[in-house]
Amino acid sequence: MSADVHQLAKMLHELDDQLVGCMKCGLCQAVCPVFSETMREGDVARGKIALLENLAHEMISDAQGVQEKLNMCLLCGSCAANCPSGVKVLDIFLKARVIVNTYLGLPAAKKAIFKGLLTRPVVFNSLLDVASKFQGVFTKQASDIIGSSCARINAPIIGQRHFMPLAKKSLRKLEKPRNSRPGKGGYRVAFFPGCLVDKIYPHVGQAVLKALEHHEIGVYMPSGQACCGIPALSSGDKESFDTLVTTNLEIFEKENFDYLLTPCATCTATMHELWPLMSGNRTQTLQERIEAMSKKVMDVTQFMVDVVGIEMPEAGSGTKVTYHDPCHLKKSMGVSAQPRALVRSNARMELIEMAEPDRCCGCGGSFNLEHYNLSKDIGTIKRDHIVASGAAVVATACPACMLQISDMLSQHGDPVAVRHVMEIYAETL
Amino acid sequence: MISPALLKEFQSLLGKDNVMDSEADRHAYSYDAAVLDAVVPELVLKPTNSEQLGRTVALCNENGLPMTVRGAGTNLSGGTIPTKEHGIVILTNGLNKILEINEQDLYAVVEPGVVTAKFAAEVAKRGLFYPPDPGSQAVSTLGGNVAENAGGLRGLKYGVTKDYVMGVNFWNVEGEYVKSGGKTVKCVTGLNIAQLMVGSEGTLGVYDQIILKLVPPPVASKAMLAEYDDINKASETVAAIIANKIVPCTLEFLDNATIRYVEDFTKAGLPCDAAAILLIEVDGGHQALVDDDAAKVVEICKKNGALQVQMAKDAAEKHKLWEARRNALPALARARPTTVLEDATVPRSQVPAMIKAINDIAEKYKLHIGTFGHAGDGNLHPTILTDRRDKAEFARVEQAIDEIFDVALKLDGTLSGEHGIGIAKAKWLEKETSKATILYSRQLKKAVDPKYLLNPGKIIGG
Ligand SMILES: Cc1cc2nc3c(=O)[nH]c(=O)nc-3n(C[C@H](O)[C@H](O)[C@H](O)COP(=O)(O)OP(=O)(O)OC[C@H]3O[C@@H](n4cnc5c(N)ncnc54)[C@H](O)[C@@H]3O)c2cc1C
Ligand code: SF4
Ligand code: SF4
Repeated sequence: MSADVHQLAKMLHELDDQLVGCMKCGLCQAVCPVFSETMREGDVARGKIALLENLAHEMISDAQGVQEKLNMCLLCGSCAANCPSGVKVLDIFLKARVIVNTYLGLPAAKKAIFKGLLTRPVVFNSLLDVASKFQGVFTKQASDIIGSSCARINAPIIGQRHFMPLAKKSLRKLEKPRNSRPGKGGYRVAFFPGCLVDKIYPHVGQAVLKALEHHEIGVYMPSGQACCGIPALSSGDKESFDTLVTTNLEIFEKENFDYLLTPCATCTATMHELWPLMSGNRTQTLQERIEAMSKKVMDVTQFMVDVVGIEMPEAGSGTKVTYHDPCHLKKSMGVSAQPRALVRSNARMELIEMAEPDRCCGCGGSFNLEHYNLSKDIGTIKRDHIVASGAAVVATACPACMLQISDMLSQHGDPVAVRHVMEIYAETL
Repeated sequence: MISPALLKEFQSLLGKDNVMDSEADRHAYSYDAAVLDAVVPELVLKPTNSEQLGRTVALCNENGLPMTVRGAGTNLSGGTIPTKEHGIVILTNGLNKILEINEQDLYAVVEPGVVTAKFAAEVAKRGLFYPPDPGSQAVSTLGGNVAENAGGLRGLKYGVTKDYVMGVNFWNVEGEYVKSGGKTVKCVTGLNIAQLMVGSEGTLGVYDQIILKLVPPPVASKAMLAEYDDINKASETVAAIIANKIVPCTLEFLDNATIRYVEDFTKAGLPCDAAAILLIEVDGGHQALVDDDAAKVVEICKKNGALQVQMAKDAAEKHKLWEARRNALPALARARPTTVLEDATVPRSQVPAMIKAINDIAEKYKLHIGTFGHAGDGNLHPTILTDRRDKAEFARVEQAIDEIFDVALKLDGTLSGEHGIGIAKAKWLEKETSKATILYSRQLKKAVDPKYLLNPGKIIGG
């Protein structure tokens, strides 16, 4: 065993207390979407935990082999939510990705994106603004109802995906930064739209702003917001992650507010759970500031229902809507009733449940980029459930899920619209 | 060492993807749910049809490679931990088809890798019932269930896996096809090899097809929860229920330590000072009959000193009553890093004596043990909460386990009610049986597997 691997093993010892809690019962096999496709033990939480233990105890020398297994994961948290032993599987995986990555290094392409672009919101945003103007040249409209595009020329990164086009104008371009005082609503919130809402689904951000205005909630939406950091963290790049966290922290610390809202389940979970979790080598004061901020983070659907309170009509009828539970909302945050209430709040909609509404859609951020075929197989099961429900609309509360589900439905030519629950709610106002 | 030529042969037989020889993949098949040291196999093979399975077994045999068949790897006795030298793991999860569900003749034919709960759900869709329900059913395979003779919560009334096995077709160690049992209710053709296969833990043959009995489902059920301040009273209740000719489908039990762990975890308002809780469910083919039985059970509970008896009015209430039992393992498992789930079983009248002995042992070795389980059939799960990294404490755990077995045997019980022997309990077998029993088993093994290549070391050692 080389001295290097010894070093890696030592770093992994930090996880020992969490790893040892896994009793190897194997029950996570029942819920892991990746395992249900590959049926390989190395892809399920139990297997990955065993591999990390063996790496930590220097029984394995092939760190790269372990890293590959670690990356075969949607970070959906289904395993953790179902684990009888309460093992904090996601915490383990994210920390392990950082450790293994520190040891093996980040692939060059990712390094360029995270360190060169994502951590510099101004450069990143203007680059995408330019891209949105030219994308029509490369893509053709694929589905009218969903509004997705597929590759007109065989661009390698697009492949066979039906991806959503970048919005012509991002939310930042459509809506000015704001800083309003609360009215009758009494509360003042900060609004963090997140990258995907900003750049692909700006109308979702507008729906949120409309709802907040309607309820006379004061809104602080500053410019210069950076990515929440999850793409960097899930690739094991803690340094870029911390840069993004601090950028956002400094912007939001400038004002006082009661809640920091996002319409993106993934951003909510990242900011609420992972910002404080990845304390690492932060100074104590920085860590305390991050903890204070993350306590204010709340999903916008939860805010609407639990804090503001919404009016419920008699049972709705009309368009059949089915709801997909984003993993990061239900499994990480325990929020599943509130978004459904928002659908029901619209008297012209009828909420019907699909089979396994909380089954992962298979997106998993960069998992979709690295393992597209697998991601597609998992997504197709979701698509089948949606279509079988007979709904005309599938609603959800995470733009990443919206992207994946749109891709799946569009590829099958299904006439099902994909919407954020906040759009459905805003229509009633 | 596996030669490159043999590796190639496996690859052309099974496809490259189904032959796993990378370090990471092999390490992922080195353990199961037992708290034992892992052993890394040399190769992991995944046949995806019957012929491939047979050829795989034959090739291992020809090359003198010891093979361990693995379903979901949830057994608690080390049954799927491969052999130290050149161990091969053969996966069955590529053999997961339900071949037939026969609604007229009430049987089903399955491949060994079918997941128990999926099978039970398919059967239920057709209005039939497959009762064996081990706690691991969401992931366990039917092959694993048969090889461990798995039990479950419904054992008292509906029996265990062996009561549903009508036939097993399997590959012998040479890769020849052996058929046993059949699809008829009555079948005495030849030796009863199918039942010999049950509980054989992969040591006598590799199942290819299993024929399982199905029954009509109960149409009504009723659940009750009774609290006791004295474990003897709970035990007397169990005896009285049976003496009154009522056989509940489940009769579960939680001891005081378990109640306290569950309450700590759920804050559901369980009586932390209660010595025991009984969870009783009666079912049957007629609502009135079931109501009658339920009323009688409540009366019996009260007569035998229950402090309080709750009866669930509807499905939602029933779900709630079951919550304490559902949370027993999660609550215990969270309390300490390592959870050792034991399986000592005694005649049901001896349950109080067994519980007392377990508690004495816990005190003697300064350990935390919560006991829950199937009071109706005396199958207890003393669950030891520990930290296997603490060498001194873990040594005491091992001593405590030895002592628990000693007591169970003294009370006319058995080492294992349902978790199997594997390698975890092999050394104990002679104590419960006799030297001749071991010898006889080894002679049998030697006759059908002369080179000891089928999951060697399991059950009978050697
Ligand atoms: C949380 C938890 C709860 C549990 N609850 C129960 C319970 O209530 N009741 C109970 O009885 N057990 C229980 N168990 C133990 C375990 O789940 C059962 O023993 C189950 O039957 C194992 O199934 P498996 O598919 O995981 O088999 P594995 O663990 O993969 O294998 C078990 C044995 O079967 C052999 N085998 C598998 N397939 C074949 C085949 N095709 N041919 C020949 N041999 C084969 C293996 O070699 C091995 O010896 C529990 C386990 C856990 C972790
Ligand atoms: S369910 Fe939890 S304890 Fe069980 S194997 Fe998976 S991670 Fe480990
Ligand atoms: S996070 Fe999701 S994909 Fe990853 S191991 Fe857990 S269940 Fe599987």
